[in-house]
Amino acid sequence: MDRTFAVAIGGAAGQGVATPGDVFAKIFARRGLHLNAYNAYQSIIRGGHTFLTIRAGIEEVTCFGDRIDLLIPLNQDSMDRHLGLMKPGSAVVYNADTIRPGPHATAAQLCPLPVNQLSKGSRSKVEQNTLALGASLKMMGVGFEPLAEILTEQFMRKGDKVVTENLNIARLGYDYAAANFLPFASPIPMSGMQYAVLSGNIALAMGGAAAGVKFYCAYPMSPSTGVLHWMAAHAREAGIMVRQVEDEIGVINMAIGAAHAGVRAMCATSGGGFALMTEGLGMSAMMETPVVVVDVQRAGPSTGVPTKTEQGDLWQMLGAGFGDFPRLIAAPTDIADCFKLVPEMHNLADRFQCPGIILGDLLLSEGRSSVDPKQLNFDTKIDRGEMIVSADPTKETNGYKRYKITESGISPRAIPGVPGHTHTAATDEHDEDGVLISDEFTNPAKRRAMMEKRQRKVSGIEAAVELPALIGPPDADVTLVGWGSTKGVIREAVAILNEEGISTNQLQIRWLVPLHGKAILNILELSKYTIIVENNYSGQFARYLRSETSYVPNGYIRKYDGEPFMPHHIVEAVKEQLASKTHETQLSVPVHEILV
Amino acid sequence: MATVLEPKPITAADFKGKVDPDWCPGCGDFGVLSSLQKVLAEMNVSPHNVVTISGIGCSSNLPGFIDTYGMHTLHGRALAVATGVKMANHKLHVVVTGGDGDGFGIGGNHFIHTIRRNVDLLYIAMDNQIYGLTTGQTSPTSRKGMKTKSMPYGNVEEPINPIALALAAGATFVARGFSAEPKHLAELIKQGLEHKGFSFIDVFSPCVTYNHDNTYAWFRERVKKLELDSSYDSFDWHKAMKRALVWGDEIPIGKFFQRTDLPSLDQAEPILDHGGPLAHRELRIAPEVVRSFIAELM
Repeated sequence: MDRTFAVAIGGAAGQGVATPGDVFAKIFARRGLHLNAYNAYQSIIRGGHTFLTIRAGIEEVTCFGDRIDLLIPLNQDSMDRHLGLMKPGSAVVYNADTIRPGPHATAAQLCPLPVNQLSKGSRSKVEQNTLALGASLKMMGVGFEPLAEILTEQFMRKGDKVVTENLNIARLGYDYAAANFLPFASPIPMSGMQYAVLSGNIALAMGGAAAGVKFYCAYPMSPSTGVLHWMAAHAREAGIMVRQVEDEIGVINMAIGAAHAGVRAMCATSGGGFALMTEGLGMSAMMETPVVVVDVQRAGPSTGVPTKTEQGDLWQMLGAGFGDFPRLIAAPTDIADCFKLVPEMHNLADRFQCPGIILGDLLLSEGRSSVDPKQLNFDTKIDRGEMIVSADPTKETNGYKRYKITESGISPRAIPGVPGHTHTAATDEHDEDGVLISDEFTNPAKRRAMMEKRQRKVSGIEAAVELPALIGPPDADVTLVGWGSTKGVIREAVAILNEEGISTNQLQIRWLVPLHGKAILNILELSKYTIIVENNYSGQFARYLRSETSYVPNGYIRKYDGEPFMPHHIVEAVKEQLASKTHETQLSVPVHEILV
Repeated sequence: MATVLEPKPITAADFKGKVDPDWCPGCGDFGVLSSLQKVLAEMNVSPHNVVTISGIGCSSNLPGFIDTYGMHTLHGRALAVATGVKMANHKLHVVVTGGDGDGFGIGGNHFIHTIRRNVDLLYIAMDNQIYGLTTGQTSPTSRKGMKTKSMPYGNVEEPINPIALALAAGATFVARGFSAEPKHLAELIKQGLEHKGFSFIDVFSPCVTYNHDNTYAWFRERVKKLELDSSYDSFDWHKAMKRALVWGDEIPIGKFFQRTDLPSLDQAEPILDHGGPLAHRELRIAPEVVRSFIAELM
């Protein structure tokens, strides 16, 4: 049974949707509740429609869910778009002076706030939000204290007078609700836990700091810019150099230069910026200088839908850079994993001296969730691989070969400044000592040896990366396969299906390169009905899996309208496919009914 | 850049690369390479403390012909890579070499921005007014009217003036050399290496194979050393810009401009104030800092 509570705040950009959202998130997290938040917004700084959903519960909340318990429309537009979708037991808190519920009947409790009367004619739009916060918390059965605490923290910098004003307004809303509105059927629970609340972008940036990144550079691009913002704001304390570069071509080349000189370097972008980086990715592979690149997917192609989510860049990652070279690609499965994956990727990129790609998306990067602070582990393992950072006087260094042919394909990497190890790292094909062989007429034997040396790293990489694992009973009637960010919503869909008597399990793919195709096949061969769920049009993962394993599932669920899946989209599609009598492969494309 | 004193005397031979240059006989790039090797030795810099970084092109093959740490990067990207190297280890001497197509064509954006950042490195553009490695196409510095394989009826575009461009972008050291004037060039290279900030030297480095317009003889007739004009003041930006626009029967070479009042990027970056090069720092973040990062999220 769903024991979560979801608040949604809708309004125009610039109306202050984010601030009450932050307050709710803090109150939930401090009560020991898990939460998951998703903000549907537009590429517009003022105006448009922004819709933030925050869902909280005692158990882990893995997605923003299907239902809104409390709607706070900050303008008429938000009221009109969402009121009809409210279910019995829900409530709508709004400014009665500026917003009307409209002519249609609703199952929700309407809670109009006489804002002008309560705030004595003050025209501040913030007051409407603070009144709504106070009223909502009363109805949710939360005491006034937690709100007072957060408002005090928030306005402290503006002085005591501002704090008192805000507390008074919040109190008016709180008391007004006590006298005029019905509380929700069950008050918001609490637990003894304390959670951190963070976005995927913050998690990625902090993961970089935990990995020992000392050089971060970027060009601003939604929805990855949050990584740059966290890095820039914390650079001095963390001892990280952060640079904003002229373009993404410069970004990856600068990062590779820094990495080559010995630091851990990282950069983040979205699909368009990544496209500019692809030549540099090949340089990382050819020079065998590790670099970690984060691609936060947004709906494409081209400029696409910059503020909307998609899993449409997989094939770009697989094919990025011309020529054949080893690479690492992994897609974090939730916000906590955004943190955890970064040090893991750096360790592997360093060990195997090749590019590592972290494939996130807007759903994770700009979504927020509660994370147990213990999971933000800064004592995580750091493995820099075979690196020479100082000269060993007992060893003869004459004849150091940067690209020495070894069984593992890994050659010890000397960084500039170490005596006795000078060499040139070239993007041209080169011999073991770094001397160019690209123009030598002709040396197929050397070229083959160097190609094989680099590619031998692949078997080491495969051995170093965890195998995918099935979640749930292996003999379930339905297996849902997803990759990356869809883990949480599929997990909830699986729970609902199991409750409704359709036994379902889940295979969530995190590592895309290496894929471990054999292990996946071993799992899927036992499945009775397999559906691949992904947030794109053409089934990029399904096509990739097929190319690697020849596996064809029974069905697909795909969504490419810019919004993430909601649990009921998956549940309904599964039922529809199971009910169908056809033996053909089925495709379901759920409709996103909440218009934003 | 400050000179690092090393115990053992260093000679130009210490900078001899693993292989000999494969440039065409008579190529202007030979003069640039030998001047660079000579100056580095004179300055007593250890080869392992130098990183020579290039893009792609004939002149970009230089890192393979000099014994330092080298990076032979992508076409046009050397300055971006070099910025990363310098920021990760600001104790290293960074020298960037490349051609006019590499630096002013495909790499033009990085050229402007590396200047603007005043990254402490020496950038030597071996300017032959042609694409040589791709067998003779028009370059951003090819003169108007010049006939090449890509513009057989003559170039209709105006060429870039690298000196004026560098000055306009705010370069703190701007010079022009000629590879057939090795002593003069070596002096510019020395000053460029000693300059703390972005040093740019545009070097006429004739292509004997594909450019029959801008030959050694053509340059010899025209180049005139700024140093011969005792009234010339290289600290005056406006005078420098005026001279930068002189092109015709007389073409000035020498140091156009230098200013020493702007910090280089490593000096301007507070992260580098203490603790030495980033490349050698502790990777872990102090526990109290970590606690404060997490507390912000609670």
